[in-house]
Amino acid sequence: MEPQPPAPDHDCPSPLILVGIDASATSRRALQFAAREVLADHGRLVIAHVVDWSPYRSATLEENERRHTDRAREIALADSDLLGPAREEAERAGATVVATVARHGHVAETLMALAREHGAAQVVVGRTGDSRLRTLVFGSTPSHLVQVCTIPVTVVP
Amino acid sequence: MPVPTLPAARPLPADAVADTGVDATINDWFATVSDPVVATIFLSVPVLGADLPLIVVWLVVAAVFFTIWTGFLNIRGFGHALALVRGRYSDPKDAGEVSHFQALATAVSGTVGLGNIAGVAVAISIGGPGATFWMIVAGFLGMSTKLVECTLGVKYRRENADGTVSGGPMYYLSRGLAERGMARLGKVLAVVFAICCIGGALGGGNMFQSNQATAQIIAVTGAEDSPLAGQGVWIGLVFAALVGVVIIGGIKSIARVTDKLVPFMAALYLGAALVVIAFNLDAVPGAFEAIVSGAFSPEGVAGGFVGVLIQGFRRAAFSNEAGIGSAAIAHSAVRTKEPATEGHVALLEPFIDTVVICTMTALVIVITGTYTSGEAEGVALTSEAFETVIPWFPVVLAVAVVLFAYSTMLAWSYYGMKATRYLFRDSAVAENVFKIVFCGFTVIGAAATLGPVIDFSDSMIFAMSLPNIIGLYLLAGVVKRELAQYRTKLRNREIVPVAERVDR
Repeated sequence: MEPQPPAPDHDCPSPLILVGIDASATSRRALQFAAREVLADHGRLVIAHVVDWSPYRSATLEENERRHTDRAREIALADSDLLGPAREEAERAGATVVATVARHGHVAETLMALAREHGAAQVVVGRTGDSRLRTLVFGSTPSHLVQVCTIPVTVVP
Repeated sequence: MPVPTLPAARPLPADAVADTGVDATINDWFATVSDPVVATIFLSVPVLGADLPLIVVWLVVAAVFFTIWTGFLNIRGFGHALALVRGRYSDPKDAGEVSHFQALATAVSGTVGLGNIAGVAVAISIGGPGATFWMIVAGFLGMSTKLVECTLGVKYRRENADGTVSGGPMYYLSRGLAERGMARLGKVLAVVFAICCIGGALGGGNMFQSNQATAQIIAVTGAEDSPLAGQGVWIGLVFAALVGVVIIGGIKSIARVTDKLVPFMAALYLGAALVVIAFNLDAVPGAFEAIVSGAFSPEGVAGGFVGVLIQGFRRAAFSNEAGIGSAAIAHSAVRTKEPATEGHVALLEPFIDTVVICTMTALVIVITGTYTSGEAEGVALTSEAFETVIPWFPVVLAVAVVLFAYSTMLAWSYYGMKATRYLFRDSAVAENVFKIVFCGFTVIGAAATLGPVIDFSDSMIFAMSLPNIIGLYLLAGVVKRELAQYRTKLRNREIVPVAERVDR
């Protein structure tokens, strides 16, 4: 069981910002922006990467057999290639990073779940993600967040 | 014909395939090999004037036994099974693992195949409308067998060094029985199962599929006048190539496209069935009456009541594979702390496959009355039934048949491969030999007539149930404890839906 996260509170002396990142240039700017915000507010930062995944996606028998290993590899890759460097960058900028987390799921919904779990006061994301095509077809993560998120969302251009 | 309950060589669409040259040679050769095998597996005893294949008794007794043994969990656990599939019990922190839905969908797309279209037609043309009734009963009973199989499949699966998992009867027979002090017997049963599984993969999982898909392609392109008539071997080569690129060439994208199309085609098939039923709404009460009265007092069916019963149960077993052991291989990839969860999910499989899809096919055939003409057989009969209302449907059906056949072939190639790996201790050479032989049998299936192919496929698939069900009986105590402790946790609310968890 994880420790109970503090309730989200905008007047909290040490506000927590969740920044969602991927490999894109805009998400790097989102990270830099969030780091500056955190620094200015004496806040803390949680850096998250969501691997787009759905429990209803079709899969072959062989993919199922390997799924556990693939998932572990995807998480390790996110940790080493995205979250690790992002943490270093944020900390170099002087921000306090309390956690980095990689998780599978629907990107916007998982970011919101993570914000809730960590008691974040704000979510920061970049405007365009990795895949332009997917965005065109399914709508973007930022617009989804802006529409349904229960805490403030900052979209960095 | 060694099995009197099977169709004798009537004019079949597939006969057109086998009249000439290469096809005829392959066909003759095939019959000599398959006949003795079929005679052994389908050893029958005469009961009340019908020939009762003992293997059908074997499956039905097991299904009835496990239905009672688990206290009708096939019915009681249905709601919980749906909740599991909908992810109500899946922790979002575990997202990215194989979901219950994915495991079910993958297993179903391997199971939903020609059994649902052709098998039902065979059952009704031989056993009359009443066969439908027994098919549905067999579907409900089969849910218990699957529940038991798949619980064991997950419980005794092996984690390989590379992090992948291997499960299925080979593993619960060898590891489960070893745990109960019957290591030697377990090993023997596991090996017998693996051998039969390879046979079943080549027969029902492959030849039968390519045979019926070929017959349907020829039928929609003009039957005897089709430019493809007598060219079954070439169609078979195309299938073999398509299977080969996926299982040998490792081109997974084709398999993935197929897996996306199969649920779509299944929905289209069910939709079309509903349309046919809607157009013949006035015939529905009569059809239900024919199904129920035909189940208990059939007219003009060889063997009467028993004859109908046999047909229904036999086709149901071939369609949903309950007791065969194949599903346990497919379901064991799910990561769950409780093997019973996957057992619950698996019980939905015979429900979807037999109780829903087979029943729809049966209703269409019975309502339209096409089975009474006695001319068409197998897929052709189903196709004719749909054609009475939707003239262009045979073409769609042909596409569906080909897709179902293809996805079933891929699924069975996987089962056969897992069995080969078990037998030859993960030898890459053995695996590749199996894959090549598999593709070869795809070609043979397309070229042979329906009679010998359907007999052989049945016999090999049913043979798997011998070692599998012996194992299920010997492990019945283990399953009962496993299911009981899980149901207790559910009752005591130690396991609750994610939405109700306090540490959420």
